[in-house]
Amino acid sequence: MIVLLGVLVVVIGFALRFNPLLVVTVAGITSALLGGLSPLHVLEAFGTGFAASRSISIAFIVLPVIGLLERYGLQQRAKMLISRAAVLTAGRLLLLYLFIRQLAAALGLTSIGGTAQMVRPVIYPMAEGAAMRSYGQTSQLLTETIKAHAAAADTIGAFFGEDCFVAVGSVLLIVGYVNASYHLKLDPLQVAIWAVPTAIAAFVIHGFRLLRLDGRLAAIASAEAQTKPQ
Amino acid sequence: MITAEWIYWLLGGFFFMVGVEIALDPAHRKRWTNAAFWCLLGASLCYGSFVPRLPAWLLGVAVIGMALIAGFGLTGSGDVRTTGEAQRAASAARTGNALFVPALTIPAVTVLVSLGAGRLVIGGRPLLAQQSQTLVGLGIATIVALGVAFALLRPKPATVALTEGRRLLESIGWAALLPQMLATLGLLFTKAGVGTQVGAIAQHLVPEHSRLFAVIVYALGMAGFTIVMGNAFAAFPIMTAAIGWPLLVEHMGAHPAPLFAIAMLSGFCGTLCTPMAANFNLVPPALLEMRDKYAQIKVQIPTAVVLLGVNIVFMLVFPFR
Repeated sequence: MIVLLGVLVVVIGFALRFNPLLVVTVAGITSALLGGLSPLHVLEAFGTGFAASRSISIAFIVLPVIGLLERYGLQQRAKMLISRAAVLTAGRLLLLYLFIRQLAAALGLTSIGGTAQMVRPVIYPMAEGAAMRSYGQTSQLLTETIKAHAAAADTIGAFFGEDCFVAVGSVLLIVGYVNASYHLKLDPLQVAIWAVPTAIAAFVIHGFRLLRLDGRLAAIASAEAQTKPQ
Repeated sequence: MITAEWIYWLLGGFFFMVGVEIALDPAHRKRWTNAAFWCLLGASLCYGSFVPRLPAWLLGVAVIGMALIAGFGLTGSGDVRTTGEAQRAASAARTGNALFVPALTIPAVTVLVSLGAGRLVIGGRPLLAQQSQTLVGLGIATIVALGVAFALLRPKPATVALTEGRRLLESIGWAALLPQMLATLGLLFTKAGVGTQVGAIAQHLVPEHSRLFAVIVYALGMAGFTIVMGNAFAAFPIMTAAIGWPLLVEHMGAHPAPLFAIAMLSGFCGTLCTPMAANFNLVPPALLEMRDKYAQIKVQIPTAVVLLGVNIVFMLVFPFR
């Protein structure tokens, strides 16, 4: 039971809003020492853990391209483009993005989308442009809300799309683990097909919330217009 | 053969150069600690290719060093000189929709490379390493997109690409290291036996003959354990060994394929709710320069909760047809 102290460190650390890097480091050292690892083995575990997880950081590689394009007005261009399409409100635009993201991920194309590649340079500015067309200037709160929803649509679309694809990590993990452990003969396709009902449910639930987003943005905008002295 | 290691060196080189540029910037508020952080991170990404041939504990020292630099607030972004709003609007009007071409080149080339990787054979050997086509694809796509952007925009001096990349990287700041740290934490948790303990607790909670309870504990356990570990992959083997296989499949006769698929997706509902999944939930707010770093999680929680409920219903129905 005592090894669960490491989990407790994480929960308390995050709750008290200590710097997450410190929390994670302390929690890792704590549970490793409690689990009986020697100090040298703890250092080795940090080293091999970092080396083995480098693929997570690979998305940062696009930053020079995106930064360069931003310098030349990519975000502004995205706003200009969307300001011509009057039917696309912020909520509907994000709904469309959710659909495309999820469908692409279900076909195995998870690299279409992502915060660095799509949301920051194109999707978020478009959503903000659509909101500006509706409400005039956008305030801090309005911008923050749009940013949070743009990021959420990207993540939800990717998560609940990719599991419908046979050659994705989670499906392969399920099949690999249960076939090896329990002598089953599951096929990846059998597992992937059962991700479809949840994928549809995710789209319906989150899509419904995105359709209601426009109402919320309008409420924020009108509340701010009232409190602001003219 | 092009492997993922090449792309890690490219990324490491980018981070290292960001550190060098900061070191050369006397106006930077936290010049030397920042330069040390990014140079160390860049060097670590490259060093990782040679573990375990080179000692892993040295990399561990570097990783903990970076965590301490950032953890005590010694990093923070400087003022990178970039274009203003008016300049950007003028440039956007002048360049037009061609600005989207380099941006869309990235996903297009990534997909092309990862789908066509198997067909590229030179001298009887595949040009790209198997298993990591998407990774390698993203690296190649970035280089191609950078070339397209240079041809289109002809930026002078050419180093503005690095400077602009640095602007974005500095706005992410120490959060750039967090996803890998959390992955390492998951590894340490597993080594220390946290998973088996959680599984044992979950097993104690379930009454023998209640399908409803077993399903609820399996689904909630997947979500809850994922919230703690930040990763549904770590939760799956443990919860499945504790409940999914012995109770639901062997004892109650559930069909494995739908049961396990829905269990994993219940774990994903947990991923949506946790700061432990930093690369999905904390890096995007940092990259979007949001004030509230937890705002994205707050948006995702209602969807996750409702979807988890739906998953429990699905899990009661589909595996027991």
